[in-house]
Amino acid sequence: MFFSPAPLHIPDGFLNLIISLVFWAATLVMVGLAVAKTNKSLGEKQVPLMGVMAAFIFAAQMLNFPVAGGTSGHFLGGALAAIVLGPWAGILVMTAVVSVQALLFQDGGLLVMGANIFNMGILTAVIGFGLYRLFSGQKRGVRLAMAGVSAWLATMAASLLTTLQLWLSGTSRLEIVFPAMMGVHALIGLGEALITVAAIAFIEQTRPDLLSTEKTAASGGSGWVIAGLVLTLIAVLISPLASGNPDGLERVAEDIGFLDRGLDAPYQILPDYTIPFFGETGLSTILAGVIGAIIVFGILYLLGRNLRKARGS
Amino acid sequence: MHAHAFDQYHYQESFIHNLAPTVKVVVVLIYIFSNALLPDGSWLAFAMAWLMLLIANDLTNLGLGFSFKRSFVALPFALVAVTAIFSPVGHPLAEWDLGFITLIPTDFGLIRFFSILVRSWLSIQMAILLVATTQFPDIIHAFEHLRVPRVLTTIVAFLYRYMFVLTDEVFRLLRAREARSAGLPGKKSGRSVWWRAKVTGSMAGQLFLRTYERSERISNAMVSRGYTGHFRTLKPHAINRRDWLVLTVSIIVLLFIQVVGWL
Repeated sequence: MFFSPAPLHIPDGFLNLIISLVFWAATLVMVGLAVAKTNKSLGEKQVPLMGVMAAFIFAAQMLNFPVAGGTSGHFLGGALAAIVLGPWAGILVMTAVVSVQALLFQDGGLLVMGANIFNMGILTAVIGFGLYRLFSGQKRGVRLAMAGVSAWLATMAASLLTTLQLWLSGTSRLEIVFPAMMGVHALIGLGEALITVAAIAFIEQTRPDLLSTEKTAASGGSGWVIAGLVLTLIAVLISPLASGNPDGLERVAEDIGFLDRGLDAPYQILPDYTIPFFGETGLSTILAGVIGAIIVFGILYLLGRNLRKARGS
Repeated sequence: MHAHAFDQYHYQESFIHNLAPTVKVVVVLIYIFSNALLPDGSWLAFAMAWLMLLIANDLTNLGLGFSFKRSFVALPFALVAVTAIFSPVGHPLAEWDLGFITLIPTDFGLIRFFSILVRSWLSIQMAILLVATTQFPDIIHAFEHLRVPRVLTTIVAFLYRYMFVLTDEVFRLLRAREARSAGLPGKKSGRSVWWRAKVTGSMAGQLFLRTYERSERISNAMVSRGYTGHFRTLKPHAINRRDWLVLTVSIIVLLFIQVVGWL
């Protein structure tokens, strides 16, 4: 088919309701902030531009190059979009791409679209842009290398989060799926990094005005750098836990008890606890999902508002 | 490439085709939500949801098996759910020693695995029916009626209008690369993987610049023809009594399915 074969587009049915709702909430906040930002600071003319750029990402995902043994490297584009268009515009563009892939081609589900947008659009934009911006004032070589590193890390973080979501939903066993997903995406991410670096080098050569340091700095403040570093750090810290000692990760989740408290359905998140679905009703599941979604929504909203305020003052 | 190359719409006169797009979108979303809510192993409820899907298929006049034929897009993803079979909960059914890992399928794990597959399979088919019976611009308008921000729907509308144009551009780039990459059968052509990645990256950069410059022209051309930032439609998209009826009946049926599933 035409589109990217990377196993990151989760179909409906593979994530449970709570995880789906929580990630919808997170996505709604980020996309809402991006929309507000666009309405306020970008002109009318920017909207058609972002639309056509979304079509660019969609089409660029068809670019491929042969690697070995009949496999080929592909391009996802989240990091590149955030670097050349700015993080907010990048988020909107990737949101459009993911939603059209889900709506038109059933490549990814609708109820789980929040999670898909978060993994492929928001996470990649934060990590890709955040790390790139940190080095955007450096020499050309360093800058390009960082663009590659951030694209690779963004791909790895997206696949890590996808794996965790599947595990938390009780869909897959962490100790089997984690190494498989990370192994595959270490390679896919390498292709992504190479293409991103070459694309940015090409754009810098032909249209240096599009990627100047001032333009990068103007499209997103230092909040992005912090967010990118924090998310990268979290991903790096979780990975060894998940690979070497999945029980350890479950232990952490248990110790923190972030779901026992207040939420009625710990088994949904920790399927090892009990045999699920006995004595539980659909209502409590919805309730747990809604509560989780509201909490995530609230935290992210406050964070985003404070970030924007800090930058505005 | 033809403008309809990516279109999934199937022309037909039918009850479902004539429903208001907003109602169709809402019913599909509730249907998928309902599937996600059903507990594992509630086979009777799943069967009823499937029956509902069959009725919807029949009402589209596209044939009973229409959505079934296209429903295997998500099958590769089932791979990640296979591991659910070896759930630590439930009674072990067998023990397979693969040397590096011992796999123990359990009854609970099997039920979970098949429930995930059924949920996904049903949900995808309903989404397939939606795009087969509703033109994509109408779906975008439906989301606008549902208060999705205008910026987002406009970006999606542009994406839909220009993706085939840019896909053409990509094919042109790929053809140009092909034409310049001669090779002998059985002999390795081109240079290292790094070199190939660099070529592909330059293609991506090239595509970006062509798109960027093109989008400025597109935007100017549209403004000069009276574009005010909103895609208009001649279709009324009015929700009449029949639409309300379909919405109400669907919700009642899905509530009933939930009751069956949880009892």
